[in-house]
Amino acid sequence: MTLSGILKSTMVAAVGTVLAAGAASSYELVIPGLEFRTGPYAPNGIPFFNGYSDYFTMLNERDGGICLKDGECAKIKYVQCETEYNTQKGVECYEKTKSEEPSGGLVYQPLSTGITYQLIPKATVDKIPVFSMGYGRTSAANGKVFKWVFNFPATYWDQASAFINYIGEREGGMDKLKGKKIFLIYHNSAYGKEPIRTLQALAKKYGFEFRDIAVDHPGQEQKAAWLQIRREKPDWVLLWGWGVMNQVAIKEAASIRYPMDHFIGVWWSGSENDVKPTGAAAKGYLSGTFHASGADFPVHKDIIKYVYDKGKAVDPTFKERIGEVLYNRGLVAAMWTAEAIRTAMKIHNTVEIRGEQLRDGFEKLDVDEARLKELGLEGLTIALKITCANHEGPGKVAIQQWDGKKWKIVSKHYYEPDHDVVNALIKEDSEKYAKEHNITPRDCKS
Amino acid sequence: MFYREVGQFKTSYAADQAIFPIAQDRWFVIAVALVAFLVVPFFVDAYLLSAILLPFLIFSLAAVGLNILTGYCGQLSLGTGAFMGVGAYSAFKLMTMMPELNLVIVFLASGVITAAVGMLFGLPSLRIKGFYLAVATLAAQFFLVWLFYKWDWLRNYSATGQITVRPRTFFGVLMTGESAAPAAKYLLALAMVAILALGAKNIVRGRFGRSWMAIRDMDVAAELIGIRPLVAKLSAFGVSSFYIGVAGAMMFILWLGAAEGGDTFGIQNSFRVLFMIIIGGLGTILGSFLGAAFLVLMPIALSDTMVDGLGLTAAFAKHLEYVIMGSLIIFFLILEPHGLARLWQIAKEKLRLWPFPY
Repeated sequence: MTLSGILKSTMVAAVGTVLAAGAASSYELVIPGLEFRTGPYAPNGIPFFNGYSDYFTMLNERDGGICLKDGECAKIKYVQCETEYNTQKGVECYEKTKSEEPSGGLVYQPLSTGITYQLIPKATVDKIPVFSMGYGRTSAANGKVFKWVFNFPATYWDQASAFINYIGEREGGMDKLKGKKIFLIYHNSAYGKEPIRTLQALAKKYGFEFRDIAVDHPGQEQKAAWLQIRREKPDWVLLWGWGVMNQVAIKEAASIRYPMDHFIGVWWSGSENDVKPTGAAAKGYLSGTFHASGADFPVHKDIIKYVYDKGKAVDPTFKERIGEVLYNRGLVAAMWTAEAIRTAMKIHNTVEIRGEQLRDGFEKLDVDEARLKELGLEGLTIALKITCANHEGPGKVAIQQWDGKKWKIVSKHYYEPDHDVVNALIKEDSEKYAKEHNITPRDCKS
Repeated sequence: MFYREVGQFKTSYAADQAIFPIAQDRWFVIAVALVAFLVVPFFVDAYLLSAILLPFLIFSLAAVGLNILTGYCGQLSLGTGAFMGVGAYSAFKLMTMMPELNLVIVFLASGVITAAVGMLFGLPSLRIKGFYLAVATLAAQFFLVWLFYKWDWLRNYSATGQITVRPRTFFGVLMTGESAAPAAKYLLALAMVAILALGAKNIVRGRFGRSWMAIRDMDVAAELIGIRPLVAKLSAFGVSSFYIGVAGAMMFILWLGAAEGGDTFGIQNSFRVLFMIIIGGLGTILGSFLGAAFLVLMPIALSDTMVDGLGLTAAFAKHLEYVIMGSLIIFFLILEPHGLARLWQIAKEKLRLWPFPY
């Protein structure tokens, strides 16, 4: 081909691309992905962030992005930044991506309680929402104080309380909890410490004996903790772990033959990665969740069709594992984020939204059953509605069980937390934060 | 040709003992300082200031501190991370107990507290040496991190185990928290680091520095010529911990704003600072800065070129970054076991002969 030939063909190609893009706006919605695909927590980070990014890619490929109305769409620009689950690197990633053109970082989903704590004050000043889905600072549920932080669909405190309600049901009534021994094994960090106060309050209320046992990062050394459990024989053990700590805990439990169906993990301790290394002995292990696992939902078919079959996936080798617990969790996180963006577009009647406008979308987010069905996620997760004062949503938690092959929701319903106990704690903690940081709580009346 | 001290005569002892006896060096350092103080804060964007230069300054200071102990006095320490934590927790307690206290005083007082803790953990150094001492400081590292978790009073009984900085001003300018201008934080950090580094340079040239180096080179001989190991070693632990404590306080107050025992002040930080002084050059103040620059700036520069420039995925770039950083460290250590500072010195010597080397 001659030089002019090359030129011509490039120009044709260029014109072609422009035409194909057609009505789509050139504005792009920047969604930073503070990922961790390396380091000790990578086994948990990889499935989550695959789900998170695949959903956005699927929207780009199928609908041309997120649309205000037909033909008026903005594509999502997913920007990866590797944090290794390290707080300092997370902060560096935040600083780097927050002013990424054209929209600036719209919303942060760091999947790390440590990074979330760092980002809460920063994002508040920069007017960027933080969506710490089911993790992070629990008292951020109080939207009056934490205007920029959203932690729906439920918090750690809801979850701790729901576990106690579940245990009460299994024991045959909440009054049967009296005199029972419930132990907590937790990751020695801000994340692991979250449920302690709630569990202490509940122990007082129901009269069970509660003890907490810390396990240091990264959690490979747990012999002492399990020795204590073997000696004291608690009736129930709760696990607040992450990464390799989960596998080790479940292995240790199996090695002392602790009954798996009396062992409940937080929803970050209940994925395929955590139970598979223990093999058949992990059968019966329980964990909290707010969504189902499995890849038989319509949304998964679209993802395979538009993302994996087109070769657009970040991690093409992951195709076989679509539908894992953490993959679906990333998917759900992306769905709520995308719906919040759509809501914000409607409120402000433009596709060119920025972080500040997206916050309004999160605050008016309303994803009901009908909408879930439209999105192809019916039955995958719960319907929820966010308000100005309530950033934690319904706070309902289901219990799933590992049957040796896959995770299955076994609780008959989603458990309600003990709102009296939890809300009082949230109020106390958020008001203390407001006082320390000179924040005047909003009244949330308008 | 340009770098030659011909014609520079020293006519007094003061001129002969100057830190930078060669005029070109002096001008170069003054120029760097002027650029850092007057140009950088006004022409560099917030990301570079707050996410790259600020940590660089803080780690430089910590590296200066460790270099005093390990590089000058020859006592290997693996407790740097925890000592930075002592500085940070002291700063937090001082800030919350006395809200009116000037920030610089908070920094210095945190340094003094850390110095006391450092000297306490330095006591074993009078009996044990080398690798055995390293293990003793390792015990300090784990003990202190455990203490940060266990002792609720240290973090004002915060349920999460985190300490968070409170809004504070410095002569009317907001310095802490997120609303503070990155340039203001940077300038305060730079001023602290510049003054303290100058102080360190003078200490190591003086009586204390010489006694430390004598202990490092051969402790028995040092004792024979009249240096008391107790004073020399404990003063090295004290001064070194002071610097590390100030660095920890600045890390918490100016850079991170929130911190948590093992996550922020864990063993990985101890190793990071140790690598900085090994790569930068043991027993040089300049080396502390070069090593910190290498370990703080290099990974970010590498991942930026690989992800933004070459279009690799973030995770792959991270794996590649480990490989490249590791190879670079080995490469530098083989090329020059005395670190980057020595390379710089060799370059200067070559420059003196250029363009007619013999």
